[in-house]
Amino acid sequence: MGELMALIEVENLSVTFSANSRQVRAVENVSLTVGERESFGLVGESGSGKSTILRAICGLAPISEGSIRIKGEPVKTPRGKAFSALVQMVFQDPYASLHPRHTIDRTLSEPLAIHGIPDTDKRVMAALTDVGLPTSFRFRYPHQLSGGQRQRVAIARALMLKPAILLLDEPTSALDASVQAETLNLLSRLRDERGLTFLMVSHDLAVIDHMCDRILVMQNGRAVEELSRETLASAQMTTEYARSLFTASADRMLEGGTPHSFAPEYPEGGRESETLDPHPRQVRAQDRFEADFNPTQP
Amino acid sequence: MSLLSVKNLRVTFNTEAGVVEAVRGVSFELGRERLGIVGESGSGKTMTGRSVLRLIRPPGKIEADSMQFDGTDILNASETQMRALRGPRMAMVMQDPKFSLNPVMRVGAQLMEGLRQRDHTSKAEAYAKAIAALNAVQIRDPDRVMDAYPHELSGGMGQRVMIAMMLIPDPDLLIADEPTSALDVTVQAEVLSILDDLVKTRGMGLIFISHDLRLVARFCDRVLVMYKGRIVEEVAAKDLLHAKHPYTQGLLNCLPRIGGTRGPLPGLDRNAEWAN
Repeated sequence: MGELMALIEVENLSVTFSANSRQVRAVENVSLTVGERESFGLVGESGSGKSTILRAICGLAPISEGSIRIKGEPVKTPRGKAFSALVQMVFQDPYASLHPRHTIDRTLSEPLAIHGIPDTDKRVMAALTDVGLPTSFRFRYPHQLSGGQRQRVAIARALMLKPAILLLDEPTSALDASVQAETLNLLSRLRDERGLTFLMVSHDLAVIDHMCDRILVMQNGRAVEELSRETLASAQMTTEYARSLFTASADRMLEGGTPHSFAPEYPEGGRESETLDPHPRQVRAQDRFEADFNPTQP
Repeated sequence: MSLLSVKNLRVTFNTEAGVVEAVRGVSFELGRERLGIVGESGSGKTMTGRSVLRLIRPPGKIEADSMQFDGTDILNASETQMRALRGPRMAMVMQDPKFSLNPVMRVGAQLMEGLRQRDHTSKAEAYAKAIAALNAVQIRDPDRVMDAYPHELSGGMGQRVMIAMMLIPDPDLLIADEPTSALDVTVQAEVLSILDDLVKTRGMGLIFISHDLRLVARFCDRVLVMYKGRIVEEVAAKDLLHAKHPYTQGLLNCLPRIGGTRGPLPGLDRNAEWAN
């Protein structure tokens, strides 16, 4: 990244989960660096390992090989308070990531209490205003808010400790198109105001393109291709897979002039075999299933 | 003659907090074509779809001037008549396979349930039909899927299983409620092409409900745009880019585009007057 200091450095990261004496390689040998105030996007289908990278950074997934450095320092296990003050994560599903029996006030003040930061009252009010929620929401429960409002609370919670890095795991995929626009605008505004660095995951190429400077396309746990915004916009990707993702993106087809003749344009042989192959999760399920039910079969 | 005609449909919920009007005077006609219904959450699009099948539980109430499906008055039909229609004549694909399939029942048993119960098909014949339906939605090893539980399938597989389930009785009308919003873009394209193919080859009528206007535009013939329980605009899909209503334009423009500007996305202007 030249003049920018690398804030996040992931080097040859592999994440392997072992379940029932079977090894599942969720991430294989992925490297990436994100400079200060840069926004980096990870894109791929479900099961491509993109979320696992974020989880590995936060210590929610085991690092089996490789290393992760934040501000040049290797991360410690457990991550500790200093890490939380620097890196925070926003999860995909605002219906699941907020404690259903804690008020918004309690959700937002908990990080402050843990880190012994005073002025809880003032900071909670400011946090709500920052994400565009009325302060009257303070003593509501998550179920009293809409999906978009909940995601705003989740973003406010992540920002309570004024971190420099925000890890965003599909922050808008559970939201309506219009609410998605509002949430993305909020994230862009907060990024500009606070000089945040984003590492963002999405399966929606258009969302990633809108938010990020550089993009890493992933498939089956591996990095396929790194793209700059310009390469993406001018469709100069070199791998078939990146191109098929690009073509499948809804927006391309409408602008393509033939909104009516619907036909997914997969490259010759590129997607076809992959389409019909069972999802890795299914393969695992099948293996488990066969092991459980046909123990005597060769 | 149109397959389905709905005149002045209203759906109301009499709740503790007062009467909520989910759908307020919606009228449309459907032939053997692909009709899209688009709107934000809460715009009444799902309720419109469910009303056609009369799948709204009390305290919800369906009222309309008339609702005709292929010559049958579905507004005043008895529950027995409705049961005969649901499945063989009209069917609905629900939004999320995680919640709409029975988690403790094998996929095969769920697929065959209707055939066995309703049509008293023999077990072997029901199995063959279920396999054929899975093949129709391009599931490669149907035998394995028949034996699996829903949690063993990926989202795209689950969604295809639900489509297969609805197609077994070969309905004339299929209502698909956000059938792809839980899926990845690439899988989305596959599910859509399967639906598209089925509409073409079987001559079904399709109501496609979604919040994604661009997706609907490239897939349907006609689009109804709903806002707060009313239809604010009806456009032919090919003219969508020239839609007149500001709400439609808002829905169209709020999605980011590849290579678009990085500036703030236009927010959706919600004008209370449009609801009247």
